[in-house]
Formats: sequence, C-alpha cells, structure tokens
Amino acid sequence: MKISSIRNDFPVFEKNKNLTYLDSAATALKPKQVIDSVVQYYSEYPSNVFRGLYPLSQRATEAYEKAREKVAQFIHAHSPSEIIFTRGTTESINFIAYAWGRLNIHSNDEIVTTIMEHHSNFVPWQELVRENGAVLKVIDIDDSNKDSLFRIEKTVFSKITTNKTKLVAITHVSNVLGTINPIKEIIAGVKRINPHCLVLVDGAQAVPHMSVDVQDLGCDFYVFSGHKMMGPTGIGVLWIRKELLEIIPPFHFGGSMIEKVTLEESRYAPPPQKFEAGTPHISGAIGLGAAIDYMNTIGVTNIQKHEMALTEYTLKRLNDFGSITMYCPQIVRHRGGVLSFNLYDSENHLIHPHDVGDVLGLENICVRAGHHCAMPLATRLGIPASVRVSLHIYNDKKDIDRLIEGLEKVRKIFK
Amino acid sequence: MDDLYREIILDHYKHPHNAGEISHPSCSAEKVNPLCGDEIRMDIVINNDKVTAIKFSGQGCAISIASASLLTEYSMGKKIKDLLRFSKDDIVDLLGSELTPARLKCALLSLEVIHTALKNYETKKT
Repeated sequence: MKISSIRNDFPVFEKNKNLTYLDSAATALKPKQVIDSVVQYYSEYPSNVFRGLYPLSQRATEAYEKAREKVAQFIHAHSPSEIIFTRGTTESINFIAYAWGRLNIHSNDEIVTTIMEHHSNFVPWQELVRENGAVLKVIDIDDSNKDSLFRIEKTVFSKITTNKTKLVAITHVSNVLGTINPIKEIIAGVKRINPHCLVLVDGAQAVPHMSVDVQDLGCDFYVFSGHKMMGPTGIGVLWIRKELLEIIPPFHFGGSMIEKVTLEESRYAPPPQKFEAGTPHISGAIGLGAAIDYMNTIGVTNIQKHEMALTEYTLKRLNDFGSITMYCPQIVRHRGGVLSFNLYDSENHLIHPHDVGDVLGLENICVRAGHHCAMPLATRLGIPASVRVSLHIYNDKKDIDRLIEGLEKVRKIFK
Repeated sequence: MDDLYREIILDHYKHPHNAGEISHPSCSAEKVNPLCGDEIRMDIVINNDKVTAIKFSGQGCAISIASASLLTEYSMGKKIKDLLRFSKDDIVDLLGSELTPARLKCALLSLEVIHTALKNYETKKT
C-alpha cells in the first residue's frame, strides 16, 4: 500500500502544500470519491427521498437506502433497519437519553460511565440524573502499573453494576488517550450481573480506524459520526439492536416518520423511518456511503495496520524527544492512533499546549490543543490541557518528522 | 520566526508583573476560557475612581499571561471610565502583534475580567 498514492485522493493536499494534518480525531480529511458523490447528488439528482414518483427521486431514495445498507454491512448489523441516520455521535447519544432514557431511567436507578468519556457521552447523562434523581457512577482509569496505565480495568464494571443499573455508557476508543477499551469483555461482565442493563458504546474514534462488529460486541446501542471516517459533516449513525427497535419511541415527530395521521392520533412508520422525522441529510448519507466504499477499497485491516505502525513510530520519536509527558498507553496493540502529551521547558515548567499548537500551526502542522472535550479526564490527569496528535491513513513518517521539527522550534522559543 | 513570540511577550510570560492576590480589594472577578481552560482572576483597589493597585492570578498560555501582565501594568493609575473604554484593538496594540481569532480570545480574557470587576464596582457604588 502506497501512502503517496492515497494522499493523491485528497484534494486538500493540492491546495495546501506542506500540510501536515494530525487532527483526524477532530475530523478526518475527505477523499475526492466522497466529495464527488456529494457533488453528483446535488448536480444530477437533487430531489427528496421517499415521496417523489419520478425517476430523480427514486434515484435519491435508492442512493440513500443503499448508504444505509453499506453502514449496516460495515458494522456487521443484523439488518439495515437497525441503522438510524442522525447528525452525528452527539445527536445519537442525546437521542437515547431523551427517547429511551427519560422514560426508563428513574430516581435511584443507576447509569455507569467512565472518566475518559468525551463530553458527548457524559453531559447528556449528567443532565438526565440531575432531572430525575438517578445516580451517575463514573469509573476511573486504572493507573496502578505502567502497562495498565490509562485503561479501564475489565472487571471493574462487573463490580460496579447492580440490579439498579439501567445503562452503561462507554467509549470504544478514547479520544484523548487512544486507549481501546475491552468492550466485549466489559459487556459480558455487565450482562452477567444484570441482563436487563443496556449498553451504549461511543464508537466515534473506533469505526474510522478498525473493524467493528456490533453483534459480536453484544452492545445495545452503537453510535458514531460520518465526518471522522472521511465522510461529510452533519451525518452520523445510531445503531439500535433489533429487539429494541419497537420498544424505543421516536425522538423527533413530524413528516416522514408517520404511517397515518388523524386529528385524534398518529400511527408511526416502522423502523428506521419512525426514527427519522423530516427530510434527512441525503447528501450526507450518500457521502458516508462513499466513505465506507473508500475505506473498504483500502481495507479496514490495512488502515489499522498502517496506523499501528505509524503510532509506534510516533511514540518512539516523542519518547526520544525528552521533556515530554505522555498521557497514553505505550503498548500499540492496546491503542488507536491518538496520542496526547505535554512539553516542559528547561526549568520543568509546562509549555502551555495552546502555545505549542500555535507555533506548530504557523508551520502548517495541525494538532489539537486543549481538553479535547473531556474536561473531567484532564482534571483527573491534573493538567489544564494537552497537545493531541491523531493519525489516519493519509499520514506518513514524514508528517511525524515534521511534527518533531516543529516541537524543536517550540522548545527553542520557550527555552 | 513570528511576531507573536517576541522577547517582550515571552518576558512578560516568564516573569509576569503584578502576579498575585490582594487581600482586601475594592473589586474582583474571574473568568475561564472554555477553549483551553485558562483561568484569570483580577483583584483591584480603587481610590477616587482610579486604579491604585491591581494583581492577577491564575493559569494560562503565553498570550493570556503576557496580556494580563501588560494590561495590569497599563491599568495602574488609570480612571475606571477610561479602562472600560479600553477595547480589543487596544489590546492588540498593547501586545504589538496581530492575533488569530483563537489567540485573540486568550489575549482578551484578562480585559474581560477587568471589565467585569470594574462594572461590579460601579454597580455596588450606585
């Protein structure tokens, strides 16, 4: 696999010479195949789905539903009707919190989550327990030894889950630490204690980088965003296990989601339509389908292998750089391509991540600096913020070498 | 390589002026920049509508600390009404360099804190 030829698929590199893009955990770059699919929809068949009897609308409906099938196959869902298109991970989680959580989680019930969650998988639950008097239990990261550092201990969920636990909400891959959580084992442990407890998995940082099988994991909800997997912004996925599709009420009400409306009452369409009120993000879904095609052409295993090798190289270069504190597991098979760290000056004072990001930005090296929407984790680590580097298929060793050169400049300025 | 990290800014960052707290200030305020978690607190003593003492505390990047240092220095002896008129452009002048929108937020944090403190003081007075 030649990364240079993969880079040719990304028009952004033509428009921005010397671009080193290391912020794919925020959003991934888009290949021309995805961009073209969106342009094609808007220029060749820009009509609404489900309603038109004319060919353009039929073509749009087919493309939209084809995208749903592609998503279903990609995450090994039982059927396309389990795939609900949303605006993204955040909306998918809020969907469950509002449509299911508010009806099923009551005072004194428990929700279990972890300290490594993105705010999108934390604040909706915090808000829910504030409203209804349920209890939010937050599992800490395990840093008892160097190998376990920044992981969630597998058995801790079984210890914390009780018969009052209604939901476990956990991330598949941390957007700060890069840790891959042992989701399958965690879920098995939770279900052994309480088979009625539902499990929501935030797959925003997993689906773009590794093969995911929602049935094998044993979860009940799996959520992710299109834009982090090289698809358009504004489109995301909520997967609901088929047994729950009838039980969960709609989140939004209006057009497209009904079967029959009278003055007295409305009857809803079968899933997934009952969950998708209003005109959906048609071009977004089509673009997401194209992104999945693109990933399949390269091969998800190849993507993961490439990122693992590059992660290993990045870890080595950063460790060799010195005066650096890393907030991530060092063992590559336990992690994805997200690396967070901080730099220190010669007097061992923190060089503020914002300053690091700013100096790198002047060199057209794009990294993230901040709390990465995981403030409880930053507080737990005892830092105001960190620098984050995140990798994707279009990155190569040259990007990492440029990063290290950039960090040398930072060190020179803040000596 | 870049205007933003000129000696003067780095100097104010590493050795900030007026860092600390005042035990009985006439007014105080603090704010957080949600983007990066920077926190700045200002304690101000006012006599005859003029700032006679001012100190800042908190944590932040080079731009926010340097701007707090430069701004507290500038504020000494100034009238409340003049400081309330001090604007975004004046901060840029004070720092002596152009700022990207993200960095402008860092630079403006301490000015916002001073304005909040002074407005609190004026409300209390009336």
